[in-house]
Order: sequence, then structure tokens, then C-alpha cells
Amino acid sequence: MTETSCAHVSAKDTVAEFAGATKRFGAILAADRIDLSIRRGEFLSFLGPSGCGKTTALRMLAGFDGPSEGAILIDGQDVSAVPAHMRPVNMVFQHYALFPHMTVAQNVGYGLRQRRPRLSKSEIAQKTDKALATVRLAEFGTRRIWELSGGQQQRVALARAIINEPQILLLDEPMAALDAKLRGEMQRELLELQRSLNITFVLVTHDQEEALSMSDRICIMGKGRIIQVGSPQELYDRPRSRYVADFVGKANIVAGQIDGRQSGMAQAILGNGTTVILRDLPGDSRQTAEIAVRPEALSIVAQDLPLTEGIAAIPARVTHRTFLGDRIEYLLMADGVGQLQVNAPRQAGGALGEHKVGSLVHVLWPEGTGLVLADDT
Amino acid sequence: MAMTQTRARALLLTPAALWYAALLLLPLAVVLIFSFGERSAIGGYAPGFTLEQYANLPARFAAFRNTLTLAPVGTVAALLIAYPLAYFLAIKVTPRWKTMLLVLVIVPFWTSILIRSYAWVFLLGGHGLPALLAAVGLEDIRLLNTPFAVLVGIVYGYLPLMVFPIYVALEKLDLRLLEAAADLGTPPWRSFLQITLPLSMPGVLTGSMLVFILLMGEFLIPAILGGGKVFFVGNALVDLFLQSRNWAFGSAVAVALVIIMLITVAVYTRAVKRFGAGRDDVGIM
Repeated sequence: MTETSCAHVSAKDTVAEFAGATKRFGAILAADRIDLSIRRGEFLSFLGPSGCGKTTALRMLAGFDGPSEGAILIDGQDVSAVPAHMRPVNMVFQHYALFPHMTVAQNVGYGLRQRRPRLSKSEIAQKTDKALATVRLAEFGTRRIWELSGGQQQRVALARAIINEPQILLLDEPMAALDAKLRGEMQRELLELQRSLNITFVLVTHDQEEALSMSDRICIMGKGRIIQVGSPQELYDRPRSRYVADFVGKANIVAGQIDGRQSGMAQAILGNGTTVILRDLPGDSRQTAEIAVRPEALSIVAQDLPLTEGIAAIPARVTHRTFLGDRIEYLLMADGVGQLQVNAPRQAGGALGEHKVGSLVHVLWPEGTGLVLADDT
Repeated sequence: MAMTQTRARALLLTPAALWYAALLLLPLAVVLIFSFGERSAIGGYAPGFTLEQYANLPARFAAFRNTLTLAPVGTVAALLIAYPLAYFLAIKVTPRWKTMLLVLVIVPFWTSILIRSYAWVFLLGGHGLPALLAAVGLEDIRLLNTPFAVLVGIVYGYLPLMVFPIYVALEKLDLRLLEAAADLGTPPWRSFLQITLPLSMPGVLTGSMLVFILLMGEFLIPAILGGGKVFFVGNALVDLFLQSRNWAFGSAVAVALVIIMLITVAVYTRAVKRFGAGRDDVGIM
């Protein structure tokens, strides 16, 4: 599922491309043969922990770091050797990097003032006003940067970038410095902005919820490499490896002996002997594999209740119970299988009864739930 | 409560207040009074009230002219040499070398300026640079005891005082601002003028003020490298107080220097205020 090429996407739909882009800093391999096409108008996120190469990828696109090997293409042109100030992309920096010696309006109009031949003052002023209005800071033009709150500064950084009508807007963890409530608001505003401007957005984040809620596609990175690319739903429903399953949402990962495969499904025996039916990994032929299943795909019934024929049931003991309002998160210990997490929605909890810590239960694994994971590379 | 607070505040200020009163205000008052007096027959000071000493100031015109040209020129020269050095130290050099290079900037301070200035006497004297220039065919070039020699001396002596404030200002510069400027379409040389230079102005202004004020009162370097031909107001004061013992005239020269300095600083402060109007990141001094 890793996209090594995007032959099916025509050049017209591709705004930028990493072609085997590799970046070395001394002995450190920060980006390792990155191949990725960025579609025009999409919202793409690079997601991964710190040091995974996502920021390096963004900086190569911006022109701050040139690739050691491979190439960066924008609009079909190799821009690997083109310096940052000549690239048609703009960045919203992690800590905004606003110019402290300029007013809000001077910051926003900065990019326009760099144009040669020069734009007229009235044109710059008019576009600045429009950009400020877009980020709802119309009255703030004469303010100084230090007079603004964090959220306002972020909007100034946004206005300063979009005023230049870039081919791609790069966002380097723009929400990291905002508190949780403000972050949610900014995420919505950013999405609306992206839709109304129809600019390609490329976001770098370590926050999986942010990536899931905003992106058309997510590119999951680790150790300088692309691990998997896909829509949020694809990544959540069909993580290829343990790394992705762990990083996007929560997942129970258990070992299984695969003793049968048929038309995309696999039959696996868990460590305690329970047989489960789950989605297979296309092209896989391993006997043993790791299996992932989402906590909300499982459910719990008390052990003294009769089981329905055909539903896999794993005996387990409740070890932790966390009430979260809309759901209850159970941690369970199952002999031979290991720790499992089950998220039970409230209404189901009411119907099936809630379970106390220490009670003996069956964890139910419906047929076709979960999937076989590839080995982490 | 209020009483003890007032007392605590007074206690904090007392040492400094006594110090300044005894060693600054009192001598200043004495100099002011002396400047209206006369030279007594055996030298020193005789009481009186006359403006004669001030009327006599043009006799020391050369000292004022030298000071008021070489101090600003020296400040600008020091700035032009110090800025690239400070920029290199703050931004370009790797951390491994930075400390060592910073120490190298300070090392000259470990030796007295007197000795270091004498070193320049040999460098600029007959067997030094002029001999070297003669070897390549530039005969008869006299460097010692010229304004150039004094300029070399003062720039050399005061360079670290210019380097450090600028270094500190540039050290604080957020390099991401330069990336932001590049990202917004600014070539490197232009982002230097638009971002780096304005944001390092506090250091430039502090360093310039520091060097300029000290140069206005300089007397050692002109005395050594000017050889009695290029002298500052400071040299005139040494001469008037210690050699010809005309304390009254010396006081008038000193008062004139203080007034010139006050006017310069006032004009400078106003210029800086206008330059940095409404900014909190540019210090006045």
C-alpha cells in the first residue's frame, strides 16, 4: 500500500514530487529515499514521532535543505537547486517566526514587498487588508507582534504566507504552541481556509488526531522513511504494520498462528487456542504474524452468560476500568494472549451490563474483525 | 509598614548616593567653580569670577578639533571592523570554535593598554611598517605621530568594546526569522538589511555610544602614538592640570568637554528614539 510511484496521477494533478529524495546530515540519515507525489489542492500531512524525517521532508520542499540525493519537483520542474526565496511555496513556522520589528500589517505585506518588479503601495495595502480580513484580524494591522495572543500570532503567520498565493502552503506543527481549545478552533479555521483558497496544504505534525481530522491523505514516517500513505480511514482501517497501527489510533496487537487463508480472509489461532477470522495481508504467506484489532471492535460479556455459536470468545479478567463519559475503556488480561483493551460505548454498556475490576469475562471477537500486519521494516 | 519600606529603599540607595556625591557631583562642582576663577601666580587656582578662561578656549581649538574628528571617525571605523567580526562569531562560527575565538577577542585586555600602545609605536615607527613599505618601493612614508597612528591605536584599543554588544545582540537573533524572510522571497543580502541589521541595532547603538564616550575622554593613546603632534582634549587637560598648572583654564576646558558630550548624547538619544519609535526591542542606550 506504500506509494512508491503515482503513475496513475497525471502530471497536471501533481503539484510537487519527492523523487528518491535523501537527506544526510553528516552520518545521520534524516530522509531516506522519499518517493511521494503531492496532489494539487489536497491536504497532506506528514505524521510521525520526532526525528522521523517529517520536518526534513518539509524543509526540502521549502528549500531550506537541499536533498543529498534524489530530487524535489514543483510543478514538474526540478527545484532541488533552487533556493528558498525563489520557490513558489510559503511556510507557517512552528513558532511563527514573525518579525518583531514590524507591525502586523508590515509582517503580512512582507512577501509582497519582496516582489520585483515592485508592486504599488496601494496594491500591497489592499491585499494586506484582504489577507488580514481572511484571518479575522482586520482591526489589528497597526498592532505590534508582542501585543498579540498566541492564536492571533498564528493567524498573522497564516496571513503572511497565504497573501503570496503559494502553490503549496507548508505548515510546520503550527498548532503545537496553542492550548487544546484554541487548537480545535484553529484546525477548523485552517480547513475552511484551505477549501476556500483551494491551495495545497502540507502539514507536519506528531499529533495523530490532528492529522486524522484534517488531512485528505496522511504520510506516516519513521526513521527517515515513508511507512505508509493513505487517507485517514485507510490508515485506521488497514494499517500495514504494527508501527502504523500503533501510531494511528489505539490497537490491540497480539501474536497469531495462521492456519488457513481464503479470499482475503485469514484464520488465526491465538496463544490461548481461540480461533479468530480476520482480514488477511494481501500476498502474505507467513505462518505466524502479528494481528491488530481496534479496541472498539471488541466487546465484553460476563463469563457466566451463554455464548453465541460462531463468535470467537477469549476468556479474560478485567484489570482496569476507565469511565470516559461516552464510553468505558476496559483493560483486560487474557491468559495466553496478553493485555487487551476494549472500548465499550455507553448504551451498549447499559444493555450488556458493566464490568467491575476483577470480574471474569469473555472478550468477543466478531468474524472479519482485525487484520494481519506486515513485519516492521 | 510604609515607613520601613521607605527606610529599606533609602538604605539600598545610600552607598551609591554617597559614592556619586563624593566622587562625581562634588568634583564636578569644584571644576565648575574653578572654571570661573584664575591661575594664581605660583600655579593652581586663585578664587575669582571671570569669563576669561572661557574666552580663552579657542587657544585649545586643535585639541577639540582632533577629538571631535577622531572620536567619531574612530567609532565608525571600529563599528565597520567589529560588525563583521561579531556577525561571524554569533552566527557563522561552530560552537566548538566560538568560545576560543571569543576568548581571543578578550585576551588583549590581559595586558595594559599602555604596553599595547607602545607595541604600536614599534609597529608604526621607522623599523616597522614604513620599513616594510620601503621594501616594496613606497619610500618615506611616515606613520607614527600622525592622526592615522592615533586612529589605528584607538580602533585597536576599543574594538572589543564594540564587538561584544553587537555580538550579544546578534547572538539573540532568531535565525528562523531569516528562514522566514527567505521563504517570503527575500535574497540573503536583502534579509540582512531588512532583518539582521535592524534587529542588531540595539547592540550597534550601545557599542557606538560606549566607544564614542570613552574616545571623547581619551588621552593615553594620542599621547603615545600622536607624539605631541596629535593631541586630544584629554591631553590638553593633563597638560593644563599637571604641567602648566593652570587649573582655572583646565577647568573651563573640562566643562566645555562635558557640555559637548551632553549635547552629543542628547542628540543621539533623540535620534535613536525616533528610529525606534514605539519599539520595545531597541534600547536607547
